[in-house]
Amino acid sequence: MNELVFFINNVVISGTVTGSIYAMGAIGVTLVFSIMRFAHFAHADMMTLGAFMVLLLTTLFPNVGAVVGLPSALLLLPIAMALTAGAAVGIDRAFYKPLRAHDVKPIVMVIASLGVTLMLQGLIRLFAGTSSQSLYIAERKDIFRFELPFDLATRNIVVTEPQIILFVFVIVAVVSLHLFLSRSRLGKAMRAMSDNPDLARASGINTNTIVAVTWIIAGSLAAAAGTLLSLDVAFKPDLSFFLLLPIFAAAIVGGVGHPYGAIAGGFVVGFAETLAVFNWAVLLRPFRDSLPEWLDLPSNLALVGTEYKIVVPFFILVAILVWRPTGIFKGKVI
Amino acid sequence: MTRKLPIRELVLFAGLLVAVLAVYGLMGAAYSTRMLVEAACYAILALGLTIQWGYAGQFNAGVMGFVALGGFCAMLFSVPTNPAFWNTELPGELGRVLLYLVAAIALVYGATKLDRLGIPKRLRTFIAIVLAVVLYMAVIGAMREVTDEIESRAGFIGGLGLPTWVGWIFGGALAGGIGYFIGRICLGLRSDYLAIATLGIAEIIKAFLKNSDWLTRGTATVSPLPWPTPGPGELGFVLARAIYLSITAVVIAAIFFLLYRAYYAPWGRMIRAIRDNEISAAAMGKDINRRRLEIFVLGCILMGIGGAALTSFNSIFDPQGYLPLNHTFLVLVMVILGGPGNNLGTIFGAVLVYIIWIMSEPLALSVMHAVTALGEGWFGWEVGGNLDSRALQARVFVIGLLISLVLRYAPKGLIPEKVPQYD
Amino acid sequence: MALLEASDVHGGYGGMNILNGVNMSIEVNEIGVIVGPNGAGKSTMLKAIFGMLTVSQGEIRLRGEPITNTAPNKLVHKGMAYVPQEKNIFPSLTVQENLEMGTYIRPQNFRRMLEQVYEFFPPLREKRRQPAGELSGGQRQMVAMGRALMVEPSLLLLDEPTAGLSPLFMNEIFERIKTINAAGVGVLMVEQNAKQALAIAHKGFVLASGQNRFTDTGEALLNDPEVAKSFLGG
Repeated sequence: MNELVFFINNVVISGTVTGSIYAMGAIGVTLVFSIMRFAHFAHADMMTLGAFMVLLLTTLFPNVGAVVGLPSALLLLPIAMALTAGAAVGIDRAFYKPLRAHDVKPIVMVIASLGVTLMLQGLIRLFAGTSSQSLYIAERKDIFRFELPFDLATRNIVVTEPQIILFVFVIVAVVSLHLFLSRSRLGKAMRAMSDNPDLARASGINTNTIVAVTWIIAGSLAAAAGTLLSLDVAFKPDLSFFLLLPIFAAAIVGGVGHPYGAIAGGFVVGFAETLAVFNWAVLLRPFRDSLPEWLDLPSNLALVGTEYKIVVPFFILVAILVWRPTGIFKGKVI
Repeated sequence: MTRKLPIRELVLFAGLLVAVLAVYGLMGAAYSTRMLVEAACYAILALGLTIQWGYAGQFNAGVMGFVALGGFCAMLFSVPTNPAFWNTELPGELGRVLLYLVAAIALVYGATKLDRLGIPKRLRTFIAIVLAVVLYMAVIGAMREVTDEIESRAGFIGGLGLPTWVGWIFGGALAGGIGYFIGRICLGLRSDYLAIATLGIAEIIKAFLKNSDWLTRGTATVSPLPWPTPGPGELGFVLARAIYLSITAVVIAAIFFLLYRAYYAPWGRMIRAIRDNEISAAAMGKDINRRRLEIFVLGCILMGIGGAALTSFNSIFDPQGYLPLNHTFLVLVMVILGGPGNNLGTIFGAVLVYIIWIMSEPLALSVMHAVTALGEGWFGWEVGGNLDSRALQARVFVIGLLISLVLRYAPKGLIPEKVPQYD
Repeated sequence: MALLEASDVHGGYGGMNILNGVNMSIEVNEIGVIVGPNGAGKSTMLKAIFGMLTVSQGEIRLRGEPITNTAPNKLVHKGMAYVPQEKNIFPSLTVQENLEMGTYIRPQNFRRMLEQVYEFFPPLREKRRQPAGELSGGQRQMVAMGRALMVEPSLLLLDEPTAGLSPLFMNEIFERIKTINAAGVGVLMVEQNAKQALAIAHKGFVLASGQNRFTDTGEALLNDPEVAKSFLGG
């Protein structure tokens, strides 16, 4: 039974954590893709930017959380989300909009977003340095242990406070996004514009508004994802290139331009990563005695070492591009 | 076509010459010649990117990976052999595992063809996947044993002790091979996907080189790497570097000449036709994806060669030294600033941007010191100890800003591509 | 005052002029039909009116107000609606959501206009929860026209509303256009089926090489032997 607990801790929980983060990033990427038709490479850095803002705010007000019994960082997250959303809109106005006005090819927008990536990275590292820092400044991370009602299970299922916050946040975010896209006038207009931008314009939909709304959603989700990730581990300014590939893989797996697909894609990639680095030998250990003599069980049965984790999203990306470039949910853009 | 005196080019190159001479005056001949050699290596990289981006509109966001591959080959072929490895049974062991690998690939490939024997396709796919996973685990397990053994007993396998230029050629070939693989997958799809995939493969190549201690010594780095020319120990810094510079100059000249010929040949016209109007090029019966693949692989080969030349020159193979900023984005700035699709412009951009890049380091440090002095005076800032490393991050910002500004205000670069007019 | 008046309109794409001085005028509650050979600039004229390409010379007025080179989303506010020939629906939105996008600028009118549009196009009411991309060609055309009508336009621009439809649907669409017009909406449309279109038209404009060749009432054009010979296939 302890093996099962180990599996739950290392695969189910950690896969859900990674998947949630990727899903939130992938939603942003896929929305930007469907409205502005380019792969937004600066997205991972928007995550870092959001987390950085939380870090700044928490450093300024380290004790606000104590009032309501939540981590200060979480309490300050909405402010950081708003700031990041504002920054996203501002970046669009300053760097993407002029290029859009010139009707450049999507790939030029990609390069522009790489320029933005570098600017954000430079600024964040200039102010935050390059080392990793914890977002728990005045508090301690709560850890919850659940005992299983079996005699054989002596170990506990371990969930940390930021992980629970993350799960709750993701559920809330996904449900509200769904309601926004399917019920609200603005959300429907967003879907309309992703379907047919010219007709949206001909219907009197103001494209600038839709673009701004897209950036607000993408920016605030990115800020939340970056912060929740940093709460779970630590704030690392140089995370972005390692987040970018899984996020894009998730968006493409889900079918680009398809927000629900992006969520599914995020969990597919997240679980694939955790399953690939999971040492399967642990699960086989209980059956060691019943295995035939000649089969010598190696101690390490992980598909890839943790240092090659980045291979997993890449492999998924390649596989999906080869077999089904539109993604599992038939995205709009190939 | 009327021939005009290329005033723009002359002025720009004269300005560049002045800048180079200024660096010579300020920093001395040894430093400046080193800078020029590195700029020349970067020019090869930039030429590789300019044919991908400028000629064909393919955006490669993983130049770093191809540079690292070139550097790896330069190291592997030129470094002296390691007797602690070759004089044991380890080479045989390694060979055995590699044979397993080949056999495993053959088996899995065979399994994907099982449907020809009448096995249903779904079952075949299932068998192939299960077989692939099992064999993969087996080969990886065997591989780990051997590589652990190599690491503990011999350190790493060492080089092959061959002339450096062999490594350069293989570096180009290896980079081209990986480029072929990526290109086959991505070139038929949206151009964004190529950027994503190249970005990913670059990180993977780096992760592999960094963690394969048995092959590259990983973070322990390999040095010194021999030069293809007499080293500074025999001739002194300036002369040795000047000779190295002339080697790279010959390489650039050869590439330049070949590209010049190709650009005006039917092949080059076809490439540009595909870039400018894919649909009509396809309608004229051009095999678009094949041409695209050719140009992408060619660009990657150049990047491999340039990376090999750069790594040999630095005389150290350090997988962690390959950074997206230094080896992807810097090259990108060189190309888009110089003039994508224009070889002369690209070389101009490479040298200019490299001078700015090198000179910006002392500049950034002094600016940072001035700013923090001000900050301390005005706001009482507490300045951390890693001030210098932070100052260098300012350059990241500047490169990003430069990319944005060029895209917006000079999208064709300083020396734009001259599209020949036939009328 | 004329509902729409265009005088001496020049314009085209990327410096290439397609329109070389087109004149047009329709009154309130009239149906205007633009016919002519391929490449005459019929659809281009419609796009020029709807601000989708740059007019280099000439003037367009809506109820006397100059609207030359006004952006499409502003024209919608002035009571103009446009149905492109292709890609005229939002395929992944449901039928009702498509129609809702029509009242995007005036959400308070949604319920009222929705009822009206369902009256005009009863099949849409049944299919209201289906994604519009899953409908048949004729029904898609209804969605497209319905979306435009949701704006409560005073002028409806239709680019080849019957293109690619079977004759049965074609007649139905023409009937609908007549009903819509009878309800007080001015219509300007480009049509390939010139005879049928001119039969319901108050005004007809025969364009060739970006200029008016004949301008008259629909009936007069139908009966003009020269028009019949060169443009209506005998």
